[in-house]
Amino acid sequence: MSLSLTKSHWIELRKHGEETFPHECCGVLLGTFDEDGSKVVQATVRCTNQRSDSPHNRYFIDPKELVRIHRQASEHGQEIVGFYHSHPQHPALWSKTDLEEAHWTGCSYVITSVMNGAATVTNSFELTGMDENKSFLNEKIIVL
Amino acid sequence: MKILIPTPLRPYAGKQASIELSGASVNEGLRELTTRYPDLRKQLFSDDGKLRRFVNLYVNDEDIRYLQNENTPVGPNDTLSIIPSVAGGCLN
Repeated sequence: MSLSLTKSHWIELRKHGEETFPHECCGVLLGTFDEDGSKVVQATVRCTNQRSDSPHNRYFIDPKELVRIHRQASEHGQEIVGFYHSHPQHPALWSKTDLEEAHWTGCSYVITSVMNGAATVTNSFELTGMDENKSFLNEKIIVL
Repeated sequence: MKILIPTPLRPYAGKQASIELSGASVNEGLRELTTRYPDLRKQLFSDDGKLRRFVNLYVNDEDIRYLQNENTPVGPNDTLSIIPSVAGGCLN
């Protein structure tokens, strides 16, 4: 299982985290799924972090934004294949909160560590299962 | 109405991205949807029959919580979007 994206998309999602530092950035990955469940990203869409009460360690995407993005993606033959967000001054590893709040099974959750304003490591995890049995699996990122 | 099915629910809805259904309200649409695809029921509703807290329902661009919830009327040209929440953060 892998997540493929162009260098341009790779740079963009990391840059977003640098621009919002010390707050978490968030966004949507649009693209297609291969037969084996691997994803090919065709577009990244920046979203606004709605957690204005705690933006340095929490993010939330307004479902209304997701509705619009989902609809527009469908019109272009694309699907939501994943999401990205940043961890300011924290490793690019999923937290307990990240797992508890993840509900898009089969999709990628990309996390970038941003240390002192500079993006460092970016990792991707695929959500599998549901409820008490859900988990994140490490996923290979292929930069085309 | 047209119901847009998000990626994680498509395996339970015949792999379809959207489904055309009859029904004059959100309730009726969901009832027909889960009758046609019974495996969807557990994904959308908890054991007490309530919509799971992370499932957001929109009729066109409006959250049903700000309309009439599951009694919100839906017309033949309306779109019902099922959108699971997206949230998280580095704090455990």
